[in-house]
Amino acid sequence: MYKISNGIKIFSLALILLGSIGWTYSYMESHKTLDQVKEILAHESSHGSSHGDETAHIEKTNEEHHNEAHESSHDNEHAEHVMHQIHNRPYAALYVAAFFFMMISLGVLAFYAIQYASQAGWSPVLFRVMQAITYYLLPGALIVLAIAFFADKHIFIWMDPDVVAHDKIIQAKSGWLNKSAFLIRGLIFIGGWSLYRYFSRKFSIAQDLAKDNKNFKRNFQISAGFLVFYIYTESIMSWDWVMSVDPHWFSTLFGWYLFASMVVSGVTTIALITIYLKSQGYMKFVNDSHLHDLAKYMFGFSVFWAYLWFSQFMLIWYANIPEEVTYFITRIEDYTIPFFTMFALNFIFPFLLLMNSDYKRVPWFIVMAGSIILIGHYMDVYMMIMPATVIDRYGFGLAEISALSFFAGLFLILVFYSLSKAPLLAKGNPYIKESEHFHY
Amino acid sequence: MSASKIVRAFYNDDDVLLSAVKTIRDNNYHIEEVYTPFPVHGLDKALGLEPTRIAIASFLYGCLGITVAVLMMNYIMIVDWPQNIGGKPSFSYIENMPAFVPIMFELTVFFAAHLMVITFYLRSRMWPFKTAENPDPRTTDDHFLVEITVDDVTGKLKKILKDSGAVEINIVDSKEH
Repeated sequence: MYKISNGIKIFSLALILLGSIGWTYSYMESHKTLDQVKEILAHESSHGSSHGDETAHIEKTNEEHHNEAHESSHDNEHAEHVMHQIHNRPYAALYVAAFFFMMISLGVLAFYAIQYASQAGWSPVLFRVMQAITYYLLPGALIVLAIAFFADKHIFIWMDPDVVAHDKIIQAKSGWLNKSAFLIRGLIFIGGWSLYRYFSRKFSIAQDLAKDNKNFKRNFQISAGFLVFYIYTESIMSWDWVMSVDPHWFSTLFGWYLFASMVVSGVTTIALITIYLKSQGYMKFVNDSHLHDLAKYMFGFSVFWAYLWFSQFMLIWYANIPEEVTYFITRIEDYTIPFFTMFALNFIFPFLLLMNSDYKRVPWFIVMAGSIILIGHYMDVYMMIMPATVIDRYGFGLAEISALSFFAGLFLILVFYSLSKAPLLAKGNPYIKESEHFHY
Repeated sequence: MSASKIVRAFYNDDDVLLSAVKTIRDNNYHIEEVYTPFPVHGLDKALGLEPTRIAIASFLYGCLGITVAVLMMNYIMIVDWPQNIGGKPSFSYIENMPAFVPIMFELTVFFAAHLMVITFYLRSRMWPFKTAENPDPRTTDDHFLVEITVDDVTGKLKKILKDSGAVEINIVDSKEH
């Protein structure tokens, strides 16, 4: 039995506390009035000219022309847009972090169901870690849904009746994109996922002491059923919870793309938590061949992610249809550095780092590559939400760090709490002997 | 001093074979070769073979493949015959790169895979119409064969092989081979 250490408890509670204080502060700070925003804008433009070099001078003259050519109402309009973006930022920062941790948990749940449905022989020693990570899914997903409603039009502009009234495209989609349908769908997804998680955990624990394989067979059946449910709901969830932040834009492989992100961060988290537990003297039955297999999945799913990311990008880039291509133009022009960094972190680094077979067995190497992958996929979620909500007023400041810290703390405490609730070895699983002896 | 006898021990299970190989090596006998009907995981480690370098070769072939792809596409699409495809005139390789990525990917895989297979064949001294080297046709069906070279066949060796699960033991002079 694993006993949750005081270090973990204090660490995660501190993360939660600091996160909530930091986020509340940034939320208070974001309530800027129009006049304050104008002041900020004036300050920003004077800041540019204070360098005194030639480019700044040209900018300044351009700006003067700009001011001459347009009436001051345009300035007001611009300031109002900026004000909305500043207001949106704490909501978006919270949503990105909440979604990121929920996504890890959901990815692990799918990976876990695949292990059961395929009756994999190598992985049963890791089942308890996977079940613990999925323990976060129910609270995590409910929080995501709650934030979506709490943030309302600050994240989902289709929730704003004023916007919809003047927007024919959203009006045409309003049969799908409306608040009550959004809520009902969300609850169905969360209900289905949590029911599967609940029963699978129950059967797995019952199997520990059982004399026959009845519970295992049931688990196999519900896992196969769940995977069918999952692939539909995951896809629909990705349209609802992520893609609809840009309600005009759509991509037909978005569900798959998000799935790749999910499963690669999920597998990485399984590997990191397993390595942590091993370093604390638990889980002696996990050998380096298990780590090797997890690292292979990290490598493989990173490549899979890059494949889907590029497939989405290339088709839109090539076709160059205005309403589609704006999605990438915003990201490449306003988010140049995070956009390309994200691609490097999610594809090039894991590809080169995890290519060598021997390195996949070295725990510190997996931790290093895994951290890069997790940072990369946080940035991936960030790149999905931020450009639609705060446009170019983005950054990685107090709001983002606090939100990340809050959900990291919540994730850790719930996962380790769940780990301490059952033996770390699912010893009744009929494949457990094979899994313990697994070597490659 | 070359060994004069070859002992051929037959096994009919890959797990038995693996543990037999370990026992034989623990008793300081030299295993010349093992013939199996299918690849046996872990056999290379049990035999103490050097790790394969084919992965490094494959990586280098992949690098060669991507280089060939870039040079070829740059010559065809940019230098020799630039075209305006979908409103994207081909004047710069880097700007049109997304369109070339599938070909870069394919040629990397193509070079890595084919050259790796060819390297493997050359390294294993295999070529078309070559006469098979395996001493017994049963190793292509359901038997595993361990070849041990010794100066003199002792009762001890026979006992070790029998105990390790060998179903048949043949002894031949190495001159016959």
